[in-house]
Amino acid sequence: MIELRNVTRSYGAFKALDAAQLTIQEGEFFSLLGPSGCGKTTLLRMIAGFDTPTEGSILIDGQDMVGTPANRRPTNMVFQSYAIFPHLNVEQNVAYGLKRLKLSQTEEKRRVDEALAMVELRGLGKRAAHELSGGQRQRVALARALVMRPKVLLLDEPLSALDKKLREQMQVELRHLQKSVGITFVLVTHDQYEALAMSDRIAVMFGGKIAQVDTPQHIYQHPVNRQVADFLGGMNFIRAKIVGEDERAILVETTGFGRVKTDKPGHFRSNGGSATLGIRPERLRVLWDDEQSRHEVAGTVVDRHYFGEVTHLVVEIPGFEAPLSVIETNNFGADDIPVGAPIRLAYDPDALVALAD
Amino acid sequence: MTRRPASWLPIYAALYVAFLYAPVLLLPLFSVNNSATPTLPLAGFTWKWYQQLAGNRELVSAAWNSLAVGLATAVLATLLGICGARAVTRYRFRGKRPMSGLIMAPLVLPEIIVAISLLLVMLAFGLNLSLVTVTLGHVLICLPYSMVVLMSGFDGFGLSLEEASADLGETAFGTFRRVTLPMVAPAILSSLLVSFTISFDEFIVAFFLSGTDPTLPIYIWGQLRFASRLPAVLALGTIMLIGSFILVTIAEILRRRAVRRTQTDGCLFV
Repeated sequence: MIELRNVTRSYGAFKALDAAQLTIQEGEFFSLLGPSGCGKTTLLRMIAGFDTPTEGSILIDGQDMVGTPANRRPTNMVFQSYAIFPHLNVEQNVAYGLKRLKLSQTEEKRRVDEALAMVELRGLGKRAAHELSGGQRQRVALARALVMRPKVLLLDEPLSALDKKLREQMQVELRHLQKSVGITFVLVTHDQYEALAMSDRIAVMFGGKIAQVDTPQHIYQHPVNRQVADFLGGMNFIRAKIVGEDERAILVETTGFGRVKTDKPGHFRSNGGSATLGIRPERLRVLWDDEQSRHEVAGTVVDRHYFGEVTHLVVEIPGFEAPLSVIETNNFGADDIPVGAPIRLAYDPDALVALAD
Repeated sequence: MTRRPASWLPIYAALYVAFLYAPVLLLPLFSVNNSATPTLPLAGFTWKWYQQLAGNRELVSAAWNSLAVGLATAVLATLLGICGARAVTRYRFRGKRPMSGLIMAPLVLPEIIVAISLLLVMLAFGLNLSLVTVTLGHVLICLPYSMVVLMSGFDGFGLSLEEASADLGETAFGTFRRVTLPMVAPAILSSLLVSFTISFDEFIVAFFLSGTDPTLPIYIWGQLRFASRLPAVLALGTIMLIGSFILVTIAEILRRRAVRRTQTDGCLFV
């Protein structure tokens, strides 16, 4: 559907985007995730036609789009600022692009109404742009783009201006909307939870390069390197010694976890006999009273942060260079564990991932 | 915390305002005074000086000249101002800062120097002095004002509106017509009014560059040599004063409306 071949955008010596290689499937909800300045917006703007790659080609439905201006591409965009035309009302905003198609008046009206219904703005067609709330402006921007029936809908941080509650609600709605219209969505975001919650696949980007492309679950559980692991939620990093290695697995040894066999990712290169192991804070579980586990480590609680539904514990393990973060839900009383208390943690060896540095 | 101003300040302020406006206010006063000389005490009310104006052929033709020059200047300065303001606010190019500085320069250059230089250049090019040369000079003077007004118009709305229009399939020209123009329309009107007002009142450049067709200020200046015609000049001055005041007020209202409109757009959390 969308194919990026070796797409590079340089400003003098600086490469905003460096040889991006990517294929986005038809009907996919695809996210470009990364910190600001990673090149994700540059990439989106090049797909839209607002920016031109200095090298490489962008194909939509097999057709090279480089050189085709934005107004002749089968893409439509929801801007971060929404870019609602302030001199037009809601209906006129939504009908803006249709005017060029020279539809009959009834057909145009039908499509505008249909689009407004899709984003649940029925009956607000006559509202002026300045009378709309932030959430409504966002819906108008969506309707205005969807009414064009694009092959690809591009969304540039569309939820960043909304408050938390509304943002979470819109995440669900956008996801449903995408499934019902079946249009390919490409979303740019710096919010990892947004990307995880909405996407079929995610591309994580750093410094103009695409670091990893995968499904949310796989990218979260099997990040390719420390940077990706760190950007997507919390991760404990532990230095380990490689004591055995074959095609599919490596055997590592750490002071706290002992000997553990982990899957060997395809990109893994053993680096002088040492490796970094990662484990997510929620994959460590507090063992209560005399509860036993085949895999456990013991330590001391040195800090505690209460978040309502969960508690973050900071646990020092003898022999580890850094303390472990642990996230425990509060239904068993993790919020009552005092700082300074001894603690035992259970872990699943499968949750340990070997990371390239 | 507000502090009370010193007690002499209101007196100073009153004197200042009086010095500024009292002479101007004498103009309408003497223009309805039934006496050939502008002296106190007043000699009774009359409209006759205004009635004389209408019958004065030379004056009417000077007024038409000024009107034509003013309109042409307003349109030309605003057209050039739209191009300039758009370039300065939308594009990055080499020499942008010195260029916008040079466009603004006529604001602070001594007008008489500008006028003499223009005269020399136009004579060197073999142009006959006429209303056309006056218009060219006026465009030069009005452009900085027009630029200031239009730049604030263009600055007010984000680039993303024009991008959104292109994204929805509209051509560059269509975008200008359907988005840019309506957004900056108040600024354009305001620029037209300001340029017209400046051109209509302008004396020095018109004095040097007009040929045999005088503009209104040139005509007035010529009339001042005859004491008997002074009351009529006062009547004319009054009309021009009121006209300018109305035009500038409309221009300012339009400018504020434009600012308000674009600011609502810039705010995401209304």
